Amino acid sequence: MRYLILINDPESAWAKMAKSDTDAMMGQYFKYTEEMRAAKVLLAGEALQPVHTATTVRVRNGKTVNTDGPFAETKEQLGGFYLIDVPNLDEALKWAAKCPSATLGSIEVRPVRSLG
Amino acid sequence: MSSLTAVFKREAGPVIARLVRVLGSLQAAEDAFSDACVKALERWPVSGVPAQPGAWLATVAKNRAFDVSGSAGSVLSEPLDAASGLAAADEVDLDRLDSGVDDDQLRLIFTCCHPALSAQTQVALTLRTLGGLSTSEIARAFHEPEATTAQRLVRARSKIRIAGIPYEVPTREALPSRLDSVLTTIYLVFNEGYSAAEGEQLLRDDLCREAIRLASWLRATMPDQPEVSGLLALLLLQHSRSEARVDATGDLILLEDQDRSRWNREEIAQGTRLLEEALRLKEPGPYQVQAAIAALHTEAQRAEHTDWRQIALLYDGLVGWVDTPTVALNRAVAIGMAFGAREGLEALGRLDVAQFELTHFFDAARADFLRRAGERSDAAKAYRAALSRVRNAAERRYLERRLGEVEAVAPG
Repeated sequence: MRYLILINDPESAWAKMAKSDTDAMMGQYFKYTEEMRAAKVLLAGEALQPVHTATTVRVRNGKTVNTDGPFAETKEQLGGFYLIDVPNLDEALKWAAKCPSATLGSIEVRPVRSLG
Repeated sequence: MSSLTAVFKREAGPVIARLVRVLGSLQAAEDAFSDACVKALERWPVSGVPAQPGAWLATVAKNRAFDVSGSAGSVLSEPLDAASGLAAADEVDLDRLDSGVDDDQLRLIFTCCHPALSAQTQVALTLRTLGGLSTSEIARAFHEPEATTAQRLVRARSKIRIAGIPYEVPTREALPSRLDSVLTTIYLVFNEGYSAAEGEQLLRDDLCREAIRLASWLRATMPDQPEVSGLLALLLLQHSRSEARVDATGDLILLEDQDRSRWNREEIAQGTRLLEEALRLKEPGPYQVQAAIAALHTEAQRAEHTDWRQIALLYDGLVGWVDTPTVALNRAVAIGMAFGAREGLEALGRLDVAQFELTHFFDAARADFLRRAGERSDAAKAYRAALSRVRNAAERRYLERRLGEVEAVAPG
């Protein structure tokens, strides 16, 4: 089954970190990604630019409205994702718990819909 | 409850667990089981209850499920093979179906109590699939509209299927935390029954008995897990007091006022024996400790003989596992009972009062210790604070009586 691992962590916490700490964190992410690749569960994964770079698009009555910022203001922001393929939820939750940001923010695990 | 309904309830857990294995889906298993019960209600009054009702229900359910999924057209027609399926039920399939029933149920309870489901959902699902309770019975236990419970169950089954919650007994490394989730659910079922605020006594005791039945079964299946024995011991020891804890009008009687001769000696003996067995395995845990506290209460012939020092020590250990306001408060009370009112007040003073704003327990404990320390006007204030929050009639009467006593000396 495919699962999307959504990494929500507070950008403010990253901003407050010393350079050495962010480096250490990125090192952990590198290791984590390598581990997923070695286990042959990784389909895709990306880190996102900070939320202030986001633009939200809505179409209402045929008119496109662009808004500066994310679709909702929250304490934790979507900072990246992994798409993995594992046998069941327990395996997906195990990978989510290993995500470096799990100690900092929240990791949401969502099964992917198979269409068609 | 009719005797047939009782049979369905008893067979629900094992039969649904088998059907989940065969059909691969909880929803399909429950639907098939319901169909089979309807069929049984038609047939059994005429033919008599079969020697192996579970095997009968499982076979009919399985045949119907395959019939329904096999061709859409046959859903509305009479099942063609119903009669032959019934005739064969007592011989065919029996061995294969019966083998591994405990494994099937174990897989199912770990699925129902999966931590990806909310605590209340775990309880509802466990009661529905393993306890055979109807949706309306579960709704009454939760004091919620039946539609809410029904939706909770639909969502839960859908999440299990869509999110890929596995039907598996967890691996060795995951077992402790997953087992903890199962034990918590069984304890919640028991407490749902035990903390009866009002009415519905029959259903309430059914819940307690169901929790004890589940814990007994789990212990027979996993005899080497001391916390499973600890939970069963705790349930039995608490349940041993159930006759003595309500008066003729259904009001709660406080522990210290209970007629101890009405405690169920058999349950106490069984609970104590289980606890001793568990403790011999030398892997202590929160359920064993809580059972030990309950055992110390039942050992005291009179309330004033209670070994509070030992209980206070056990609470010291318990807070390491169960870091909740209730346990912290009970520990402070035990300290006061063991070492004196001043010590109790000091222990209460170290707690975060804000955590207790919704209930009367903190103020009531503080009031009792203040009264015993001779601080009458402060005690009166604390009793009034407790009275503003108390909901149970028996406890209200207790607090009013005590308030009267301290006010008689120091109005204020």
